[in-house]
Amino acid sequence: MDSQITLRVDGAAHPLAVDTRTTLLDALRERLRITSPKKGCDHGQCGACTVLLDGRRVNSCLVLAVTVGDAEVTTSDGLAVDDVPHALHRSFVEHDAFQCGYCTPGQVCSAAGILAEARAGWPSAVTPDVAADTVELTDDEIRERMSGNLCRCAAYANIVPAVADVARAEGVRR
Amino acid sequence: MREFRYERAADPAAAVALLAAAPDGAFLGGGTNLVDLMKLGVATPDVLVDVRELTSREVADLPDGGLRIGAGVPNADLAADRRVRERFPVLAQALLAGASGQLRNRATTGGNLLQRTRCGYFTDVTKPCNKRSPGSGCGALEGVHRNHAILGQTIAGSDDPATCVTTHPSDMAVAMVALDAVVRVLGPDGEREIPIAELHRLPGSDPSRDTTLRHGELVTAIDVPALGMPSRYRKVRDRASFAFALVSVAAALDVRDGVVRDVRLALGGVAHKPWRASAAEYVLRGMPATEASFAAAVESELEAATPLRDNAFKVPMARNVVVRTLLDLAGRDTERELA
Ligand SMILES: Cc1cc2nc3c(=O)[nH]c(=O)nc-3n(C[C@H](O)[C@H](O)[C@H](O)COP(=O)(O)OP(=O)(O)OC[C@H]3O[C@@H](n4cnc5c(N)ncnc54)[C@H](O)[C@@H]3O)c2cc1C
Ligand code: SF4
Ligand code: FES
Ligand code: FES
Repeated sequence: MDSQITLRVDGAAHPLAVDTRTTLLDALRERLRITSPKKGCDHGQCGACTVLLDGRRVNSCLVLAVTVGDAEVTTSDGLAVDDVPHALHRSFVEHDAFQCGYCTPGQVCSAAGILAEARAGWPSAVTPDVAADTVELTDDEIRERMSGNLCRCAAYANIVPAVADVARAEGVRR
Repeated sequence: MREFRYERAADPAAAVALLAAAPDGAFLGGGTNLVDLMKLGVATPDVLVDVRELTSREVADLPDGGLRIGAGVPNADLAADRRVRERFPVLAQALLAGASGQLRNRATTGGNLLQRTRCGYFTDVTKPCNKRSPGSGCGALEGVHRNHAILGQTIAGSDDPATCVTTHPSDMAVAMVALDAVVRVLGPDGEREIPIAELHRLPGSDPSRDTTLRHGELVTAIDVPALGMPSRYRKVRDRASFAFALVSVAAALDVRDGVVRDVRLALGGVAHKPWRASAAEYVLRGMPATEASFAAAVESELEAATPLRDNAFKVPMARNVVVRTLLDLAGRDTERELA
């Protein structure tokens, strides 16, 4: 059954008719040809499809496009402003934090998510005291918070410092 | 995936009415479980009624110091709520131990409570499974069941329609059971409250039913009463993060002058529902808060265990996780923590 929706993606509005079964990931990739979010597992297990929905990271493969409404979708591409790469993009390049690059746009969106979550003081499963007022993105915290993003090339050893550098610059790590 | 009609309703009552008129329909929360199961052909609703933004996204204070958690509150927001982190650390820790940051941002409180089992036969439509396809048998009993239940299963042979040996996958629900939460529901016949221990079921003779909810009943909120003692959640899994529990425990312990005054214990990963360890709680009240008492208590609970061919390791694991968690809690002084 078709439904008329308008997706707001990286600052542009896209009206389109979708079958209600279409996921946000498929709408982006197959209909709008916005291909920075990748399809790895299609079941919420790998994080390759991660985008920001009103600034919060989500797995776009499990979000039905018809449920998105007016929410703003930001992909890794959209984190770049006027073709200037985001600090996370630059840090991933500087640290060689990928090999094939397939998981990278999802990693970058997820990293943007964890920086915002840390600024808001959200704890994680490895935070010793969940009631603490502030959190610091230690290497352990980064690993735990990024655990929803798999990398089949196992670039983890470089992803952690890539995220750590930006966390330091943003004041959520010493 | 089967075709479906997508509906939004004006208010919860309208959502309930929509589903009452759609016997094959389903409510949609964050969709992180339901959409997955629809892709697999395990869930085949013909109508989806979106309740994610319809049910409350607020955590409100109750007069006794408890909290009313709207069914639409995302898992991530609930774990980050200052009152939850201070008053109910066991709940914050259980939420944070579940799924990934992305999933917790999208998943709702109502959906988490009602998520379905992760049994590999349930999620594979080519396999026998009494829960998905009543009467088809149970693939897990003689098959892959290393992470299945050790308590309260129905074991009557692989071909028997009653057999089911799976577990409930939610971490949050284990904490909610230890906290004596009350689930608030709106149905075609009005509102009712269900003590959470009566929400999830054992398979009994009908493994197809996970809960005592009737079709069209909408979870609107969960009330968590005040606790007044230190609490914590501990989860053991195959990898350090982003994996379902092998065994988990939600515990709260009130020790005064070295004696257990009150205790709450619930286990995850061991049964078809979050397992309230009432026998262990009963044994422990009034006992000295020592490793020996903790071990005796949990052993009395696990006497009823009926492990399967490949999951007997869960019995000592459950024992050790409970003892360790209670020792951690006993090392803290209730009076000081609550000051
Ligand atoms: C890869 C992966 C790993 C995961 N790991 C974990 C883990 O380690 N621990 C854990 O606990 N969970 C884990 N999860 C499960 C996750 O927590 C659930 O998918 C999520 O909590 C479900 O919430 P939702 O709002 O998305 O529910 P939905 O998918 O929207 O709904 C789930 C069910 O609840 C029903 N429903 C939803 N809202 C209501 C309501 N208000 N009233 C009545 N019925 C309702 C739906 O009809 C459906 O049957 C994992 C999931 C994935 C995909
Ligand atoms: S254990 Fe339960 S869910 Fe798994 S195959 Fe058997 S009946 Fe199905
Ligand atoms: S494609 Fe969405 S999590 Fe793997
Ligand atoms: S860089 Fe290849 S999957 Fe991560």
